[in-house]
Amino acid sequence: MSWFRRWAGDPVLVGLALLLSLFGVAMIYSAGVLNVPSPVVGGAWRRQLVWLALSLVAFTVVTRIRVRWIEWGAVPAYLVAVVLLAAVLVIGTGAGPAESVGRWIQVGPLRFQPSEFAKIAAILGVAWLLSTREAPPAGIRDVIAPSALLGVLLGLVVLQPDLGTALAFVGILFAVLYWAGTPTLHLFFLASPGLALVLSFSTVVWSVYFVALVLTVYLSRYRLYLVESTGVILANLAAGTIAMPVWSSLAEYQRNRLLVFLDPAMDPRGAGWNLIQSKVAIGSGGLTGKGFTQGTQKRLDFLPEQHTDFIFSVIGEELGFLGAALAILLFAALLYRLVQLAEKVDDPFAGLVLFGIFGAWIVHIFINIGMTVGIVPITGIPLPFVSYGGTFLLTCWVMTGLAVRMSQEE
Amino acid sequence: MKPQHPNLRRVRARGALVILGVLTLVLLASFFRSQVVRGTAWALQSESNRLRVMPVPAPRGTIFDRYGEIISDNVPSYSLSLFPAPVDSIAESLHRLQPHLALSDERVEELIGSFLSNRRFPLLVKSNLNESEVAAMAELRPEFPGAFLETRPRRRYIHGPALGHVLGYVGEVSQQELESPRFEGYERGMILGKDGLERQYEELLQGAQGIRYVEVDALGRVVGSFEGHSAAPTIPGEDIHLHLDLGLQNYIHEIFPDSMRGAVVALDPDDGGILALYSAPSYDPTDFVGGISRQRWEELNTDPDEPLFNRAVMGLYPPASTWKLATAAIAMDLGVLDPGEVMPVPCTGSFQFQNVRRRCWNPNGHGYQDLAGAVAQSCNVYFYQVGVRIGLERLVHEGTRFGFGEPCGVDLPREQSGRFPESMDFWQRTWGYRAAENEVLSLAIGQGPNDQTPLKMAQFYLALALGEGAPAPRLRRPVPGEEPGPAWSLDLGPEHVAELQRSLREVTASGTANLSTLEHWDLIGKTGTAQHRDLTRDPHAWFAGMAGPFGGAPEIVIVVIVEEGDSGSSVAAPIAAKAADFHLRRKYGMELDSIQTLREHLEAGVPAPWAWERQSARNAPAPEAPDDDEGGTESVPEGVREP
Repeated sequence: MSWFRRWAGDPVLVGLALLLSLFGVAMIYSAGVLNVPSPVVGGAWRRQLVWLALSLVAFTVVTRIRVRWIEWGAVPAYLVAVVLLAAVLVIGTGAGPAESVGRWIQVGPLRFQPSEFAKIAAILGVAWLLSTREAPPAGIRDVIAPSALLGVLLGLVVLQPDLGTALAFVGILFAVLYWAGTPTLHLFFLASPGLALVLSFSTVVWSVYFVALVLTVYLSRYRLYLVESTGVILANLAAGTIAMPVWSSLAEYQRNRLLVFLDPAMDPRGAGWNLIQSKVAIGSGGLTGKGFTQGTQKRLDFLPEQHTDFIFSVIGEELGFLGAALAILLFAALLYRLVQLAEKVDDPFAGLVLFGIFGAWIVHIFINIGMTVGIVPITGIPLPFVSYGGTFLLTCWVMTGLAVRMSQEE
Repeated sequence: MKPQHPNLRRVRARGALVILGVLTLVLLASFFRSQVVRGTAWALQSESNRLRVMPVPAPRGTIFDRYGEIISDNVPSYSLSLFPAPVDSIAESLHRLQPHLALSDERVEELIGSFLSNRRFPLLVKSNLNESEVAAMAELRPEFPGAFLETRPRRRYIHGPALGHVLGYVGEVSQQELESPRFEGYERGMILGKDGLERQYEELLQGAQGIRYVEVDALGRVVGSFEGHSAAPTIPGEDIHLHLDLGLQNYIHEIFPDSMRGAVVALDPDDGGILALYSAPSYDPTDFVGGISRQRWEELNTDPDEPLFNRAVMGLYPPASTWKLATAAIAMDLGVLDPGEVMPVPCTGSFQFQNVRRRCWNPNGHGYQDLAGAVAQSCNVYFYQVGVRIGLERLVHEGTRFGFGEPCGVDLPREQSGRFPESMDFWQRTWGYRAAENEVLSLAIGQGPNDQTPLKMAQFYLALALGEGAPAPRLRRPVPGEEPGPAWSLDLGPEHVAELQRSLREVTASGTANLSTLEHWDLIGKTGTAQHRDLTRDPHAWFAGMAGPFGGAPEIVIVVIVEEGDSGSSVAAPIAAKAADFHLRRKYGMELDSIQTLREHLEAGVPAPWAWERQSARNAPAPEAPDDDEGGTESVPEGVREP
C-alpha cells in the first residue's frame, strides 16, 4: 500500500474521498434501477465512473504542482472565474433537471459549469488575499475586501440564479475568515444582515433581534469604530426592510422552495413534492433499509433528481439509518481530517486554502443531506463525491488535490 | 500574513470541530428520528404512496345442463376504471374520457354519484370496451394516469332468449342492494345476479372478489403487481349443474309460436327436476351484460307483452279443465266418486243447480259420461255433478290441503303461490258476500277464485304421474348431502291414481288431444281452455300431461299454456307433444324428426299406421266408450284409418 500512500499524499483524506466516490457510483447505479427505466439515469453510473477516472488524473496533477505556483495562480484564476461567470449569464445553457437555468458553458462537445471552477478560484483568491495581510483581520473594515472579493462571484452566481453555489461561497468566506483569526463576534456582525433578512418575515422577531444587535454592537468588548457599527446597524436595518421587495424578486421556484420548507404539505403534488417524497423515502428505509437497489420510492420514480441532488434519499431508503449514519460519519471524518491538516500546516496560505475547502464542503454536505431529511430548505446543491455530475466530481477531486498539496507545504 | 500562532490554530480548529460535531449530531439525530423513531409511519406512507388496491372480480360459476353442456360461462373482456382520486379530478377525468368512451352526460353524473358513495375503491367507468375503445385508451394512457385497463370476466349467455327467464341476468350492484343485509360485503362495481338463477344462486355463483395490490409510479401508471401484501385471493364462483335439458329448452323456444305469449314447464318424474322452463316472449340476457342501454330497458318495460315477466312461475291463470283431475281426485278421496259410474244427469249442454244454470263447452252436450269419458271430452256437466257431491266447503278444504294456495318452492326468485280459497271466509273477505253453495260449480271445473301458475300445475301433474306426491320442482341438481326440497304429498290412493291416468289417456287416445298423439310415446294429458279475464278476448289454451314409453312410467311431465291461444287441443297440446317427443327421442338416442304428432303426419301426408293400429286395438277388446264419436272435429278423421 505504499504506492497508495505515495500517490495520495494523505491516505486518510484521499482514502475517504475515494471511498465516498465509489460509494457514489454505486448509489448512482442504484438510482438508475427503475421500474420504468430511464436511459438518462440508467447509464449515469458509467459516465460518473469515467469522470471519476478523469478526476483522479486531475487530482494526481494537482498534487504535483508547487504551492507557490498555486499561490501565484490564485489571482488569474479568480479573474478567469469572474469572466466565465459573467459569460455564463450571456451564453449559458441549461441541462438535465435544471433545464431552465443556464449554468453550463458549452465548448464543442465539452460542457462545464463555471460556478464549480469559481469555487476553487474563490478559495484560492480569498486565501491569497488574507495571506498577504500582516495580521489577522481585527475589525469589520478588514473583512470588507475579502467579502467584496467573494461578493462579486456570489452576485454573479445568484444572477444565474444558483442559490446552492452562492451558499457555498458564503461558507468559503466565513470559513476562511474564521481561520484567518477574525473575532467571532465580527463574523456574527458580518452574518447579521443575512440573519436580519430571514427574521424580517416577522416584524416582532426582527424588532427584538434588532434591539439585541444594537446593544451588542455598543456594549461588546470589541469596540467598533463608529462607521463600522453604523454600517452593521444600517445593513441590518436595510435587510429587515428590503426583505419583502427581495422576496418578490425571487424566481417562482425559489420562492416555492422556501415556502415549502416552511410547510411541505402546502402543495403535495407541486412544490412540496420533492421534500415529502424524500422524507417518505428516508423514513420508510427504517433502521436497515430496503436493500441496495430495492428502494420502492426510488424505483417508482417518486424521488426527484434521485441521482443528483437527492442521492442521499436513495441512500436513506435503501441502506436505512445504519447506512445513512455511516455515510454521514464518513463525511464528518473527511471534514475532520481537513481541520486536522489545517491545524498542522504553518503556511498561512495553505491553511486558509484548506479551510476554504472545509467551508465549501461543509455547506454542500450539510445543506444537501439536511434538505433530504427536511431540516433545511431545498436548494439545488449536490453532495460532494456522491452526487452525479462530472464537473462537480472533478471540482471535488481538484479540491482534494489542493488540500493534499497544501497539507504537505512545510 | 505571518504564520498563525499554533495556539490560535488549536483554538480555531477546536471551534471548527465543535461546529462540525454539532452539525453531524443534528443530522444523525434527524435521521434517527425519521428512520427509527418514526420509521413505521413513513413506511406506511411509502406503501400507500405506491400501492393501489385493485379488486379482482371472480369469474361467476359456470352453469351446465343435465348433459354437461354449458348454458352460461364467462369470457374475458376489457374494462376501464379510475383509481380513487379527489372528486374534482375524477370528474375531470370522466369529462375528458367522455368522447372516447361514448359516455352520456347522465352516465357521467351517475358515475360521479357512485364514486361519492364509496371513495375507497376504483371506479368502474365502462366495461366490455370494444376494440377501438381499447386501442384508443391504450394510446391515451399517458393522458389519463389514474385510469387503468384490465380484463375482467364477462358473463356469456350462449343461448340468448331461449334461457332468459331461467338464467335471469346480471348487472352492477345497486345502491339499494349494497344497503341490504343479503349483499353485505359487496363492493361498488361488483356484478351480481339480478333475476332468475343468477339471482337465486348469487352467493354460490359469485365466488369471492379478490384484492390485488398494484404498484404505481409517481405518475400513477401501473408498473406491476405487488406481492408483498397478502392480497386476498380470488375465489371463483361455484359451478351449477341443472336438471335442465338444454336441447329441449332451445327446442321449445324454437317451436313456441312467435308473437304468442305463454309458458312451458317440463319436469322429470324421476326427481322433480325441471327439464325446461320457458316463458314467452322472452328476452336476451346478453342485453344486460355490461349494463343495459336505457333504450333497451325502456323497450323491455313498455312492451305490452311484458317480456321480463316470467309466466312460468309468476303468471297466474285459471287452470280450467286441467284442474278437473284435482276435482276427480278429491271426490275419489272422499269416496263420493266411483270412476266407472255414469253420472245421473246426462250432459245436454248445460246443468241446473239451485238457481243457476251452467253451460258445458259443447252446447250439443256429451250425454251420459263416466270419469274417463268426461275427462276425454272435458265435459263440464259431469264435473258440476262431482262438485255438487263434494260440496263447496269440502272442496275448499281439500283443495287447500292439496296445496293449491301455496308456492312450489322452485329455486327461482319471485315465484307466485297459487290462488285458492283457503276457507269459506274467502268470499266474505275478498268480495264481501257469503259464498253460495253454487260457487262449487265454477271451482269444480277449474274456474272461479282459482288461479295457478304453469309450474304449479306441472307439479300437480307430476304428482299424478308419480302417484301419491311430488317433490318441489328444482332447476339445480342437488349436490351430494343436500336436502331435497319439501315434497308435496297429495295422499292419493294408488288405485285412484291409476284411474286418473287412465282417464288422461283417453284424452289423447280418443278425446280432445287426439291429434297430438305420438308414434313412439304414450302421451297422456288434459287440455284446458281458460276464460280470459277480459271476456271479449280469446281464452287461454292449456295442456297438462305426461309422456313416456308405452307400458312404462311417464318420463316427462309437461305443461303448456298459450295466452289467448283459444283452444288447448289445437294450440297447447301440439307444443307439449312435440317437446315431449323431442326430449324422449334424445333420451333414447333416437333420430329426431320434424313430423311428430298425428296432425303433422296428416298435414304432411305421411302415413301413420300406428295411429290406426292403436285405435283398432282399443276398439277390439273393450268397446267401452260410446262417446268416441263425440270428439267431433278433434277425433281422427275417417280417411286415415285406411293406410
